[in-house]
Amino acid sequence: MASTTVNSYFWAGLRAGAPFVIVVAPFGMLFGVLATEAGLNVIETMTFAVTVFAGASQFAALQLMQENAPTIVVLASSLAVNLRMAMYSASLTPYMGKAPLWQRALAAFFMVDQSYAVSYARFETDPDMTIPDRMAYYSGTCALIAPVWAIATLVGALMGARIPDSLALDFALPITFLAMIAPMLRTPAHVAAALVAVVASIPASLLPYNLGLLVAGGAGMVVGARTEQLLENRKERT
Amino acid sequence: MSGAANAPDQITLWIVIVGLAIGSFLLRFVFLGMVGSRPMPPWVLRHLRYTAVAILPALVTPLVIWPAAAGGAADVPRMAAAVATVTAGLLTRNVLAAILAGVVTLYGLLYLLG
Repeated sequence: MASTTVNSYFWAGLRAGAPFVIVVAPFGMLFGVLATEAGLNVIETMTFAVTVFAGASQFAALQLMQENAPTIVVLASSLAVNLRMAMYSASLTPYMGKAPLWQRALAAFFMVDQSYAVSYARFETDPDMTIPDRMAYYSGTCALIAPVWAIATLVGALMGARIPDSLALDFALPITFLAMIAPMLRTPAHVAAALVAVVASIPASLLPYNLGLLVAGGAGMVVGARTEQLLENRKERT
Repeated sequence: MSGAANAPDQITLWIVIVGLAIGSFLLRFVFLGMVGSRPMPPWVLRHLRYTAVAILPALVTPLVIWPAAAGGAADVPRMAAAVATVTAGLLTRNVLAAILAGVVTLYGLLYLLG
């Protein structure tokens, strides 16, 4: 009967990831459009989107290539945008680290902000899940987002400049991330981490090579961890 | 070929695509693959618990304040859409409701102000 529960976890993950299709689709289309405008053909655009599979860094690379930045700067700066994935990877390790290596490799390849955030929130609140349950849930969260990303990019690349700017596709990314934040604010420590990250990100955005994200995000993580410890100590004393 | 002014040359483009593909995978795999089931110290875990809730706001704040589509200037529809998304998320704790609130606000104001 194990496969039945694994199956139901897959569907639960799929349902949790489904709302993001609304925003992943326009974001993928936007990449297809901008890549075409930058002079990439359909094969180049699709290889880019499907092998890198990390929207924000793809946009960063595209923009820097158009500014004729040195290749090493294009790579370093775009990878800096993806450094957060290493943090996601670390944060999923306590929950998924015991899975078979091939499953962890696949999970790593398909890791995006949405699948990570949704899965992590579930793993944290449901400690009784087994490793196969967690892997099933995680695959469910990726199962819609990954194909939609690819198809939307293709549509954008084929339609190219015929998609009007007034569709404001650029704002799909901020809306997704903002929608994911509110349900995560479960404790005062989470709220403190988010607030510090927001405030710090404003001056930090002046740093070169997209490094501001790591500085501001790191500051939020430290404050979150400190707040948690302070609250625990206070609880122990009373 | 759309004849874009600054189309990257083929070699640069493929170096970037292959380099980014390999680099992005390694960044995602580094802990999940290398650390695996080895236990991590409590202070590391304590910081990792706040990864998502710190990184996502840090990523999104500059995009809301200086949206590239508005030429990097503050933009009323985008700012309002951001506020609506967060407010709906806090009130409903529902991702779909938050996304819809943001999209409706954005398109509504772009239509009214456009």
